[in-house]
Amino acid sequence: MIRRIFSYARQYRRQVILAPISVILETSGELVLPLLMAAIIDRGILAGNLSVVIRMGVYMLLLAVFSVITGAGGAKFGAEAAIGLGANLRQHEFEQISKFSFADIDRFSSASLITRLTNDITNIQNFVMMCIRMVFRTLTQVIVALVVVFVLEWRMGIIMVIAMPILAALVGFIMVKCHKLFERMQQKIDELNEKIQEDLVGIRVVKAYVRENHEEEKFQVANNAFTKAGLAAVLRIIALNPVMMTGMTIVNALVLYFGGHMVLSGAMEVGTLSSVLTYIFNILISVMMLAMALLQYVRASACARRVFEVIDTEPAIEDGTVADLPAPRGRVEFRNVAFKYNATGSGDDVLTDVSFVAQPGQMVAIVGGTGVGKSSLVNLIPRFYDVTGGSVLLDGMDVRDYPLEQLRARIGMVLQSNILFSGTIRENLLWGDPNATEEQMNQAAKEAQAYDFIMSFPNGFDTHLEQGGVNVSGGQKQRLCIARAMLRKPAVLILDDSTSAVDSATEALIRQSFRDNLKDTTVILIAQRISSVEHADQILVLDDGTIAGHGTHAELMANNAIYQEIYWSQQEGVQQ
Amino acid sequence: MAETKTKYNGSTEQPKGGGPGGPRGGFSKPKNLRATLLRMFGYLARRPVMLVAALISVVVSSIAGVAGTYALRPIINDLTDAVTAGQSVLPSLVPGIARLVGVYMLMALCTYVQSNLMAQLAQKGCNQMRKDLFNKLQELPLNYFDRHTHGELMSRFTNDSDNVQMALEQSMVQLLSSAITFVSTVVMMIYLNALLFLVTVVLLAVIIFLFKKLGGISRQYYRKQQSALGEVNGCIQENIEGLKVVKAFTHEEAMRTEFRELNENYRSAATTATVYSSIIMPINAQLTNVGYAITAAIGGALAIFAGFDVGGLVSFLTYSRQISQPDSQISMQMTTMLSAMAGAERIFEVMDAEPEVDDGKVTLVQAHWEGDALLEGKEPEGQRQHWAWKVPDESAEGGFRLVDLRGDVRFHDVCFGYVPEKEVLHHIDVYAKPGQKIAFVGSTGAGKTTITNLINRFYEIQSGQITYDGIDVRDIQKDSLRHSLGAVLQDTHLFTGTVMDNIRYGRLDATDEECIAAAKAANAHSFIRRLPNGYQTMVTGDGANLYQGQRQLLAIARAAVADPPVLVLDEATSSIDTRTEALISRGMDTLMSNRTVFVIAHRLSTVRNSNAIAVIEGGEIMEKGSHQELLDLKGRYYQLYTGQFQLT
Repeated sequence: MIRRIFSYARQYRRQVILAPISVILETSGELVLPLLMAAIIDRGILAGNLSVVIRMGVYMLLLAVFSVITGAGGAKFGAEAAIGLGANLRQHEFEQISKFSFADIDRFSSASLITRLTNDITNIQNFVMMCIRMVFRTLTQVIVALVVVFVLEWRMGIIMVIAMPILAALVGFIMVKCHKLFERMQQKIDELNEKIQEDLVGIRVVKAYVRENHEEEKFQVANNAFTKAGLAAVLRIIALNPVMMTGMTIVNALVLYFGGHMVLSGAMEVGTLSSVLTYIFNILISVMMLAMALLQYVRASACARRVFEVIDTEPAIEDGTVADLPAPRGRVEFRNVAFKYNATGSGDDVLTDVSFVAQPGQMVAIVGGTGVGKSSLVNLIPRFYDVTGGSVLLDGMDVRDYPLEQLRARIGMVLQSNILFSGTIRENLLWGDPNATEEQMNQAAKEAQAYDFIMSFPNGFDTHLEQGGVNVSGGQKQRLCIARAMLRKPAVLILDDSTSAVDSATEALIRQSFRDNLKDTTVILIAQRISSVEHADQILVLDDGTIAGHGTHAELMANNAIYQEIYWSQQEGVQQ
Repeated sequence: MAETKTKYNGSTEQPKGGGPGGPRGGFSKPKNLRATLLRMFGYLARRPVMLVAALISVVVSSIAGVAGTYALRPIINDLTDAVTAGQSVLPSLVPGIARLVGVYMLMALCTYVQSNLMAQLAQKGCNQMRKDLFNKLQELPLNYFDRHTHGELMSRFTNDSDNVQMALEQSMVQLLSSAITFVSTVVMMIYLNALLFLVTVVLLAVIIFLFKKLGGISRQYYRKQQSALGEVNGCIQENIEGLKVVKAFTHEEAMRTEFRELNENYRSAATTATVYSSIIMPINAQLTNVGYAITAAIGGALAIFAGFDVGGLVSFLTYSRQISQPDSQISMQMTTMLSAMAGAERIFEVMDAEPEVDDGKVTLVQAHWEGDALLEGKEPEGQRQHWAWKVPDESAEGGFRLVDLRGDVRFHDVCFGYVPEKEVLHHIDVYAKPGQKIAFVGSTGAGKTTITNLINRFYEIQSGQITYDGIDVRDIQKDSLRHSLGAVLQDTHLFTGTVMDNIRYGRLDATDEECIAAAKAANAHSFIRRLPNGYQTMVTGDGANLYQGQRQLLAIARAAVADPPVLVLDEATSSIDTRTEALISRGMDTLMSNRTVFVIAHRLSTVRNSNAIAVIEGGEIMEKGSHQELLDLKGRYYQLYTGQFQLT
């Protein structure tokens, strides 16, 4: 995992190497300090030699300057490497997501993808930064301290060498389950937050059904679970401190005892002894720091797992490779199509045995109840999803054989969820065709009956739309989305219930403009209102995932019960 | 969408638990320090014995820490004396070392006891705090939720309560311990050598001054970093949420280019900010070292010329190293403490918000008829349950009288505004006789939903009166009032759990069979069957995996299971196509029979067969009457019906 994370530091290899070196130098410098101290005591003070005291003092100052420089270097390289790595990782993940199929997006959900791109990456970035600094710092501290102690007095070193593995084992013993405990705690936090979020969003329902107590109970279950998991983790980690302290005290006592005797027997100087004690103190701090760094790793590795899960997802839809494409005419054919969202789930098929042909230039309407599979059906044409049986053909070739970009370039799509992006109206329309001229754009806007209202804005096409297009009405939004799709000059135009918020009079005008301006374009239209579909060349009545009726308005009125029901359900009411 | 928007913009929501990363870009300071601190402390003081034990441990361990360092002095001095005097008789080192070990072991023990107790106190205290907060949220009136975004309230539970927990668990104790350590270290240092202590004071002052200066510079860069981060996150949010459209228009490349640019901006801003903030650390460390060196040199001089004992010098130098620790600890912990207290204050603000007014005394009870007398108690098993209002009445027998629940709801000259300054409903008079279906039609924003929100008393009216079976709704206990009303609201909300659980939300003791029957009545059965796992399919993220129309069908099933005497349907079928609506109309008819029903609908076919229709525009009732009466009137309804006028 760590190796994989660091593989994202590509162009920062220099920093990745320089940062630890700086840190090691800085730390080593700091560690020489007690040596100089020993010299001050033994050769300066005890020998009554002031010049040694001053000289050593100057050395210490120089050493500090050295450490500031190396320390600053370490900080700089570390930050550059870690943040650069974060940026690379974020970029890679984002690009991977941009290749996702609709099924992949559904599987992860947008909210989860957003978290994985924001918080998770930030956590990894922080971890890397800390890792570079802390880990190398503490490791150096331990090693240098050990070496120095050996050089000063090898017999003291032996005590340390014996003590260190025992201490390390103790720390390891405490930390070993911490990983799982903290992961569990994090999971409980997520569950708790989910619970709260849900209650906030649904507060009206909660109140309307007087379910406050029910919600409180559910919350308390999650709350207690979190506290329990949190305590389990924390109580374990706090044992670290006293254990380490005890261990170090024992080491201290041993050093003092044996060292003291050595001093008395003249085998060692007092200054050396005090230096050894300082090093022991340093090691104690270092080992604790290392343990904390390990804890950070727990969190970062959970985040990294989530990020790599995204990166490792092979888009469920593979690009077609046929280079020799048929001329775009707009013929759409469904051959015995079967489809379900989760190919392995226990749910029933969404579509079964759907077959029809839309000839170039025809208008095909699809009607049917909520959730009978109308949207699913049209989503198969641009290959947002793949069929689970049968095949969909565009201009005689299976859509799975087209390169996706080529396929979708032939199709103009107005989705049910109309989404506009922040930017001007012009920028949004140009999504349809980045190279469109001003004239073409005006034309498309007129055809979608959007021109008049666009021009009624003070800034016309340069009117700025807020994120999600919240500053235009639902009907206006739909018309902008239609204009955007029409600007593509697609061979096939798919409209998924995209005039529902447009009033009937305007809708009639849009329909008329389709007839006048899109003579060669195949239009596939999903609609609720019979008035929207009655002029279509063919109408498909979808029920329970199958085609329950197929024909013109007149034919269906004569022989299709469902269609008649739909018709009659709308006759009194909004009627022209 | 509106909720999620605030969430990912910049720093409003930080990752749980915080993390290293730049210095805080200035935190909001608590306004009422004392009161907040005391109240926060109150959550710890719920277990006073534990708290006192923890505090004693803190004091003991801090003093032991300082004493431990001092315990070195006699040992070193003994050794020095022995060496300089050339003693051949070995002084026993054992008592000194034993003292040292004893002191440190005491410290270790106390540290453990203290951190163990504090962890428990803090975690349990915060558990209680979150519980209080959540329970309080359930009591708050809806206009509170209108005024505060979900993101804002969420961060009370995440960031704020996290900070409080952190502070209670560590900062509070560490502050105390640092303060004790600081003071006793100072005392020891003065005791050891007052002159040398003066040197230390000067050095400390310099370090603190430099630290402050550098911090100011790095905060500026940090702000730039935050705004760059906001842009990256904004881009992520917009494009990921609109990813399907991006793909439909093969706009991926443009999206990637935009992202690459913003990502690069952020990278460079963040690098600069972090470099500045992390350079402070080594500078600080080295300043401390320089101070140490100077102290050591001067101390050495003192030892040579002023007879300062070596053991004392060693102890003093150790202290001088340690003193900068509690000092930087204190400033760090103070920052944590202050931001935790700001968080706690925000939490307490929510807790202190005015709850929903609920001083009604009338309650809902099950009742049955015995001859002409209405008596409390259930109808025999199998019969449709009967409900009554239990009204306190001094003159009646037992202090109560029962009023038959009939579903007679009347508005008398009701005026209302979500904010007092802006009235949105003006002088509304509507009445629904028992079993009648009353419909409201009108443009978006005309005030239809508002009217139904007043029936279940989500909001308080400004003037006028709403009565329910002749009782002012303000006199009815809120829970009872809402139990008597079933609602299918405009925005259907589903909860995490299975489809079955969500239907059962209407009545918690409903059996699976009853839930399935309700689903069939709502015509939801056929689509539920086709979900990946049927009725056991998990609904997640407020039903994001279902279509709006499917969610509405589930909401209707939920209301059907609840079986309430009065029903409010607010655009309950707006996302359901007309044919499905026609199909569920029988189910809806069953659902609506023998009940008073308030229907709000955009679609006139939905309201046509209502007993009375009120056309609402601009917060006023324009026309009122039956379908035929309104047609005859040839007013707005007639225009709507004949398509001459479109609702917006």
